[in-house]
Amino acid sequence: MLQNSLAADPNRDLKSIYVYAAPVRIWHWVMTAAMIVLVTTGLLIAYPPPAVGGEASEHFLFGYIRFAHFTAGYVLAISWLVRVYWAIVGNDYTRQLFLVPVWSRAWWSEFGNDLKTYAFLPSAKPLRYAGHNPMAQLAMFFMATLGSFFMIITGFAMYSEGAGRGSWQDKLFGWVIPLFGQSQDVHTWHHLCMWLIVMFTIVHLYMVVRQEITTKESILSTMIGGYRSFKD
Amino acid sequence: METFYEVLRRQGITRRSFVKFCSLTATSLGLGSYFTPQIARALETKPRTPVLWMHGLECTCCSESFIRSAHPLAKDVVLSMLSLDYDDTLMASAGHQAQAILDEITTKYKGNYILAVEGNPPLNEDGMYCITGGKPFVEELKRVAKDAKAIIAWGSCASWGCVQAAKPNPTRAVPINKVITDKPIIKVPGCPPIAEVMTAVVTYMLTFDRLPELDRQGRPKMFYGQRIHDKCYRRPHFDAGQFVESWDDEGARKGYCLYKVGCKGPTTYNACSTVRWNDGVSFPIQSGHGCIGCSEDGFWDKGSFYDRVTGIKQFGIEANADKIGGTVAGVTAAAVAVHAGVTALKRAKVDHGTGIPKDGSAK
Ligand code: HEM
Ligand code: HEM
Ligand code: SF4
Ligand code: SF4
Repeated sequence: MLQNSLAADPNRDLKSIYVYAAPVRIWHWVMTAAMIVLVTTGLLIAYPPPAVGGEASEHFLFGYIRFAHFTAGYVLAISWLVRVYWAIVGNDYTRQLFLVPVWSRAWWSEFGNDLKTYAFLPSAKPLRYAGHNPMAQLAMFFMATLGSFFMIITGFAMYSEGAGRGSWQDKLFGWVIPLFGQSQDVHTWHHLCMWLIVMFTIVHLYMVVRQEITTKESILSTMIGGYRSFKD
Repeated sequence: METFYEVLRRQGITRRSFVKFCSLTATSLGLGSYFTPQIARALETKPRTPVLWMHGLECTCCSESFIRSAHPLAKDVVLSMLSLDYDDTLMASAGHQAQAILDEITTKYKGNYILAVEGNPPLNEDGMYCITGGKPFVEELKRVAKDAKAIIAWGSCASWGCVQAAKPNPTRAVPINKVITDKPIIKVPGCPPIAEVMTAVVTYMLTFDRLPELDRQGRPKMFYGQRIHDKCYRRPHFDAGQFVESWDDEGARKGYCLYKVGCKGPTTYNACSTVRWNDGVSFPIQSGHGCIGCSEDGFWDKGSFYDRVTGIKQFGIEANADKIGGTVAGVTAAAVAVHAGVTALKRAKVDHGTGIPKDGSAK
């Protein structure tokens, strides 16, 4: 599927198309929930709440915060594993997050058209997409996919330091720490990349709301029921 | 060729002290009593291995730490009396005499001596920022390293670069593994490293005639396998969420965790929280100050010692992840708001019944 827009395929039924199968929809909402927990607890790890009083043995506050972060981290990692698997067995749209057809001229020309559309230029053609438009696809690839992978890799690298030398986390991800220099650098980059994901989410939510209001294509219901429908 | 034991006896060390030393060494290496006779046997039968200790750009804090080893036998016996053949700051001879020893050992024990390096070579101006014996240190280092059996990098200078390699590093000081690439190097980082760790590493190499097990970054696993944080006695306060917020608060008096005032224990690999310093008396966290991460790569360039979230030098200005990330997210939100505004304006101009813009132009 080199060309994303539906204009290239006039024979298709343009009433509704099944885009997101159940595993993709479940993955999306599980991942969203995990991200909310991860950003909240991640910031609490960086800026812990005011000290609790009493004996240390009476509390495990920071322990629970970190536990929640690590649990959500596992959920995020596993949900992405499922998503990668689904990109192999699922429909064409499932691969959009992982394969950006930068070699395709048609793709680039539609990308240019997207830029014009969002810059409100009158020369933009109103194209329709069942999956993602090239601009969305590129942003998702770099910020959501690679961003999540980066968080998972650096997250598990830091986790391996607590799990200890010889743990599977250490064997799989321990090499990341010398790659960045030292552990403190991994913390810094893990923290910085959180903002990339926050930034993506802001734009993502805006795009969803915008498309919901201004176009005749379904969007929110697509990620709930799976069908992209066109109201004309 | 004399054995270690023969040299010891010649120096007037009793058999009893010798066995004590062996069990002490076994313990500090975490080997257990089973290894005591093995160490003793090795020292009795093996010919001694000479150790050359060279100094590059450094402050001598490693030597200072070393000579304060809690176990005098360890340092005196293993190095001063028995094996340390050359150390320009500790040896009696100087000048040409000292240089002669260096030449003698490197030829007589070719391929059979251990080279310990304190400090590091500066490379700018052909190495002229550090001259020893009339030659740039970097040349001397390469020459002596060529025929060494193994090389020990003492301290953070030799291991990572430390303060003289901190930005902007005017002399271009580099860790020794940048100029010695064909030999095993054991890194014993710290500014300085703990004396007991230093003696234990040398003893291990002399007795077992092999390198201690190293981690990915070339540090002996037995001393650098865990972070300060993993064995810190304030850890229960960390897990409970009890932190010192400022140096004079109630938490500081109660000995709460120093995480929020920048303790680098969670990111620092060293043995301070177990071996401690000065005969096991204390270590920085025990005296109320956070770990500054002195045994980690580039610890001078990681921002303030008192910040939890440290700066990012790559961005040139003084900024941390939140200043950069927060700004980017803020700008994004503002851009989104503007875009939403323009979208709303455009829509207001469109007749919703027909979808045709009110001014008649294309959509
Ligand atoms: C999008 C997902 C994630 C976000 C937004 C996030 C956010 C954060 C933040 C802001 C910090 C504090 C960093 C600092 O300044 O020191 C942190 C620490 C950490 N994160 Fe994540 N994280 C994410 C995913 C993960 C994953 C998948 C794991 C893997 C289990 C993980 C494990 C950790 C660990 C081990 C720490 C260090 C905790 C400590 O030092 O006590 N994170 N995270
Ligand atoms: C409450 C918050 C969220 C809402 C309401 C939401 C909504 C949606 C909707 C409606 C779609 C379908 C887009 C389309 O059909 O073109 C979608 C897709 C997507 N969302 Fe979200 N989203 C949220 C949070 C997130 C977060 C936090 C992330 C990750 C950082 C994320 C990543 C994605 C990705 C990668 C896709 C594409 C899915 C695919 O192609 O398989 N979303 N989202
Ligand atoms: S004082 Fe430092 S090393 Fe000790 S528990 Fe707190 S953060 Fe960890
Ligand atoms: S506590 Fe940290 S800063 Fe202090 S000596 Fe040990 S490793 Fe270095």
